[in-house]
Amino acid sequence: MVPPPLLIGNGAGFSGDRLDAAEPVVRTLIARGRPAAMTFETLAERTLALGVLARETDSDGGYEPALLPLLRPVLGPCLAAGIPIVGNFGAANPHGAAAAIARLAGELGLGPPRIAVIEGDDVREAIHDPRIAWEAGRRPDRRIIAANAYLGAFPIAEALRAGAEIVVTGRIADPALVLGPLIAHFGWGEHDLDALAAGTLAGHLLECGAQVTGGYFGDPGVKDVPAPEAIGFPIAEVTADGMITVTKADTPGGLVDRRTVTEQILYEVHDPAAYLTPDVTLDLTGVTVEERARDTVVLRGARGHARPPALKATVSTEGGFLGEGEITYAGPNALARAEMAAATLKARLAALPIRLRIDLLGLQAVFDSDDGARGASAPPDGEVRVRLAAQAEHRATAEAAAREVLGLYCCGPAGGGGVRTAVTRRVATTSALIPRDLVRPRITMVSP
Amino acid sequence: MITVPLHAIAHARSGDKGNRLNIAVIAHHAAVWDALVEQVTETRIAALFAHRRPTAVRRYLLPKLHALNLVIDDVLEGGVNAALNLDGHGKTLSFLVLTLPVTVGEDALAAVRAGLAAQAHRSPANALGLA
Repeated sequence: MVPPPLLIGNGAGFSGDRLDAAEPVVRTLIARGRPAAMTFETLAERTLALGVLARETDSDGGYEPALLPLLRPVLGPCLAAGIPIVGNFGAANPHGAAAAIARLAGELGLGPPRIAVIEGDDVREAIHDPRIAWEAGRRPDRRIIAANAYLGAFPIAEALRAGAEIVVTGRIADPALVLGPLIAHFGWGEHDLDALAAGTLAGHLLECGAQVTGGYFGDPGVKDVPAPEAIGFPIAEVTADGMITVTKADTPGGLVDRRTVTEQILYEVHDPAAYLTPDVTLDLTGVTVEERARDTVVLRGARGHARPPALKATVSTEGGFLGEGEITYAGPNALARAEMAAATLKARLAALPIRLRIDLLGLQAVFDSDDGARGASAPPDGEVRVRLAAQAEHRATAEAAAREVLGLYCCGPAGGGGVRTAVTRRVATTSALIPRDLVRPRITMVSP
Repeated sequence: MITVPLHAIAHARSGDKGNRLNIAVIAHHAAVWDALVEQVTETRIAALFAHRRPTAVRRYLLPKLHALNLVIDDVLEGGVNAALNLDGHGKTLSFLVLTLPVTVGEDALAAVRAGLAAQAHRSPANALGLA
């Protein structure tokens, strides 16, 4: 007998996403009364390295900082309704995350949940293998903080089939968070390429949360978004033969239509005929998008080809320090005073070993280039914020650069105000292709 | 024929991977798809980003979606973990692409505008008589 469709919800699209998004998704899944799973994606390229750094000062840390506020509203309802939770919120410490979830369950008066931890993504010990193909042609010179391969969906499926109610992972291909529950539900195998492709497309659509339901979309008068303060996060229904129906949580906000879905199909995609994942090469060129009803869009036609021979890994290294400072000039001759401030900063910082950029915010800061080349003319007056950004090897140098903006209070052009400065430790990332035999996923059932 | 910013006939979304930017450009209406294919070319996109010195621009067509995917290499000033630009992701750059002038027939433009008006009419705020 063909299993019924599986509903899959998403409660976070990145570390830093809205903390109240998941509860309405779970409430909607429960109201629909059908087999369902819940996913959280919280691990951007550098997030994991930040977790490694956090663990250097707190050995119990290193997992998603917002893990508990994310899960607190949904853990009880999901366990009661038999909706498994899958998330890469383990980051650099999946066992730490699992322990925190177990404590949360106790605090909420729930029985101890069955939690599976998936590891094996950390490939720091294998990083000297000569078969690794580096994006930059060779291994980075700086100290490697983290090196993690993107695992595939099958370990998640295995954990779920073993009875896990919560699956905690570190680095894993984002769509695998959705594909894993689908594999477990439908019993798909490694050679069911079109099915794996459909599940990967569903995961790709959900992995950024609201980006498929009206987030990163609103353009007033052109693409209007109802109640953007209460966007319903996405829910996908996937059938055994790979038909995907995208809907959203029952909240007043957001929308799902041809446009939101089409934008997200191509988000962070390069060649649409070959979107590479650990489990399958997804071909999007035959995908069709059909509006079925309000906030209901049906996709068909994902095709799968053989998975790539190697796994992608993200490697993070020390990235020096970023010093920043801002100051505002307004009213008559504001632009000239801002330009005077910029010239003063450049002269004061000429001897420091930094990479420097100075923006005039309110004019054209994000479209132009580091050397200040602008595409178009800008208005002369109004309000201009001067922004300095300086990349340095050492914290003290970055601080010295940012401090020059502070100095403009008393030494700079007339009427400068609102100074803010900051110094941030940076993590640089690069990628590498790593042979599959160097990556060994492990599943541990940690409780009970 | 009439010349308008690309924003008048298409919508777009930016994504990044390292120092590589991709921008999906999607026609608001099938009537302007041919204009997108003819005028949103690799050459014109390379010119639009010339001040960022792209090392390659590739365009992929998805006719079933009335969409094209632009992949622009090495224009993110090093990418989000290295850039000094406030927007190291390049998330705002979809709207730089939407400044590109395009020339379309007046009938096609009217079809786009009618489609956008119909879309706005369908929004729940309007359905409730609130807008």
